[in-house]
Amino acid sequence: MDVRSQISMVFHLDKCIGCHTCSIACKNVWTDREGTEYMWWNNVETKPGTGYPTKWEDQDHYKGGWEAKGGELELKSTSKRSLVPNIFHNPSQPSMDDYYEPWTYKYEELFNAPEGDDQPTAIPVSMVTGEPIDVESGPNWDDDLGGSEIYASNDPNMDGLNAEQRAQMLAIERLAFFYLPRICNHCMNPACVAACPSGALYKRGEDGIVLLNQDRCRAWRSCIPACPYKKTYYNWSTGKSEKCILCFPRLESGQAPACFHSCVGRIRYIGNVLYDADRIRELATLRDEELVEGQRSMILDPHDPDVIAAAKANGVPDSIIASAQKSPTYKYVKEWKIALPLHVEYRTFPMLFYVPPLLPVMSSTQGDVVKNDLDSLFADIEAARAPMEYLGKLFSGGNLGKLRYALRKQLAVRIWRRHVTVGDISEEKALAALNDADCTCEEADAIYRLSALSTFDDRFVVPPFQREMAIEMLEDPHEHRSSMGFGARVAPKRS
Amino acid sequence: MNDFFWFAVLPYVSVVLFLLVTIRRYQTSKFSYSSLSSQFLENQQHFWGTVPFHYGIISVLGAHFVAIVMPRSVLWWNAAPLRLFMLEVTGLGLAILTLVGLINICLRRLANSKARRVTSWGDWFIYGGLLVQVVTGVGIAVFHGWGSSWFAASMSPWIWSLAKLSPDVSYLATMPLLVKLHIINAFLIIAVFPFTRLVHILVAPNPYFWRKTQVVLWNWDRTRIRGTD
Repeated sequence: MDVRSQISMVFHLDKCIGCHTCSIACKNVWTDREGTEYMWWNNVETKPGTGYPTKWEDQDHYKGGWEAKGGELELKSTSKRSLVPNIFHNPSQPSMDDYYEPWTYKYEELFNAPEGDDQPTAIPVSMVTGEPIDVESGPNWDDDLGGSEIYASNDPNMDGLNAEQRAQMLAIERLAFFYLPRICNHCMNPACVAACPSGALYKRGEDGIVLLNQDRCRAWRSCIPACPYKKTYYNWSTGKSEKCILCFPRLESGQAPACFHSCVGRIRYIGNVLYDADRIRELATLRDEELVEGQRSMILDPHDPDVIAAAKANGVPDSIIASAQKSPTYKYVKEWKIALPLHVEYRTFPMLFYVPPLLPVMSSTQGDVVKNDLDSLFADIEAARAPMEYLGKLFSGGNLGKLRYALRKQLAVRIWRRHVTVGDISEEKALAALNDADCTCEEADAIYRLSALSTFDDRFVVPPFQREMAIEMLEDPHEHRSSMGFGARVAPKRS
Repeated sequence: MNDFFWFAVLPYVSVVLFLLVTIRRYQTSKFSYSSLSSQFLENQQHFWGTVPFHYGIISVLGAHFVAIVMPRSVLWWNAAPLRLFMLEVTGLGLAILTLVGLINICLRRLANSKARRVTSWGDWFIYGGLLVQVVTGVGIAVFHGWGSSWFAASMSPWIWSLAKLSPDVSYLATMPLLVKLHIINAFLIIAVFPFTRLVHILVAPNPYFWRKTQVVLWNWDRTRIRGTD
């Protein structure tokens, strides 16, 4: 047993309002430099939709993630065999057209334009070439276009649906969509790290954050097709790849990452979990439907004395074990089993989990009175507008049992809380719903509290990173602080 | 005198410059030690430039290397006229492949506004140098036949004399102008090599083939940090 601590995240999709505040927070902190304008380390997509970059889930095209071939795990894009023949031109490399060409406006022309018959205009100009461009797409061009013939119907996850389900998803009166905020998943088995010919990408041992050493990156760009989530990006100006760093300078000083901190819907949770790194190989070759359970079984119970002993033997500090015991993500993923990984079939074991979205509560108005019809207030999850098969493709590797479990439990919590707070549902009925969903009253209350009433401290259990001690071993921390700032030694400019 | 400068002084100046600056740049500016790829900005024409160019130039340089290291084997191979002819035709084919690739690279960088945006004056300088080199190379293959044989007989001994620090320029005295140009330009490219994007040649992904699949780095010594909270 090789017990390690890994930072993990949960996004509660039922609470996401699609406001993009997270994206803006991230953009302002990290990617407002030349060459990074097109990058959105954090982006929010509308599902069904084509996403960013366009159709990133189409792995026949982008060749992201791992393949299990006869018990062996191999990268789809850059296996050791295919690296050499593709080294000068990787055919699965996305180009800027797959994302979008960033632009700004010539605002000064609003003031400088000579007097004329027409109002002066600010024309859009490319942020790459500086020339005027026709804006054709942007980072969230399919925002809210849930029923669109162009965007929603080209969603790669729609492929597995039958004609009736597809029609249902696109029917104008019934169209269903939800938001999917995405950041780097800081996977347990990252394809980007495995693909890097220079060994520039690495996982931090202490917390599992995946980082990219800019001094070692040699612009092979193998990480970009390899990452199935397309969360490593090429900076065309410096010739280096860049990616989400999970705001590690913030984490190391006890703050949540900027996107978590700024989340208006309070959908984001962060905490560390203990896991057994020895089992990654074995579990990554399971069948698609077994992967959700496989990944769950790799995450260990931080209260189990054997696990604690093994963690200690492996050098995990007591404070990190204590932090894992309070982790909100552990509760969502392992205890309650209502948070699921996104596209687990890519076999990278993403450490960002999603609570799948439920239907909105249904009500109707008659005259001035809002009428809540109890029978239809909480519709059956099977009758949801977004077909179970669609959500299953996103969140459970096609294993609908795991998805149903998560949705049913969420629904039972709603019914139980309706009973407690409003009282128009009988206790008998509420208890029956909980029983069906493998949930107890205490658990339902705990889910309710962490989902609806949680404070910063409940949502963000940032483990103490002991960073100061790591630095103390190398040099004087005061000198380090005054000389290093947040970590860069030289300006990221090519000489 | 001129010959002495071009073929006994310049090579040493170039190689010393190459070694010093290459090492210094690696020490001080690892960040810049790669080629600034533009495939992300233009992904279609890219293939028709970079792929023929790289495969062509690597094969041609490999052939030069073999002729320098094993001149006797080359002469033995060329002893049969059919084999000599095959070698010459293959060499010319590879040189033309390189030239086509290089021309495509230059045209793409001129025509595509996004690719132009990331093309520096240093890039144009090196493309110019390479263009002269490849054109003179093709010219030699066309106008001065059986180069594989006289390279092994005259060029290799000259390069070995350079390596032994007793340069003997008499080997080159009777060489045609095109060949001399080819040699001079080659050493000029070696001299500017460490200042340009060509440094990417030195960072081939060798560790990839034997390193572990996943890279995990620890900030702290795991056995020492325990119990310190």
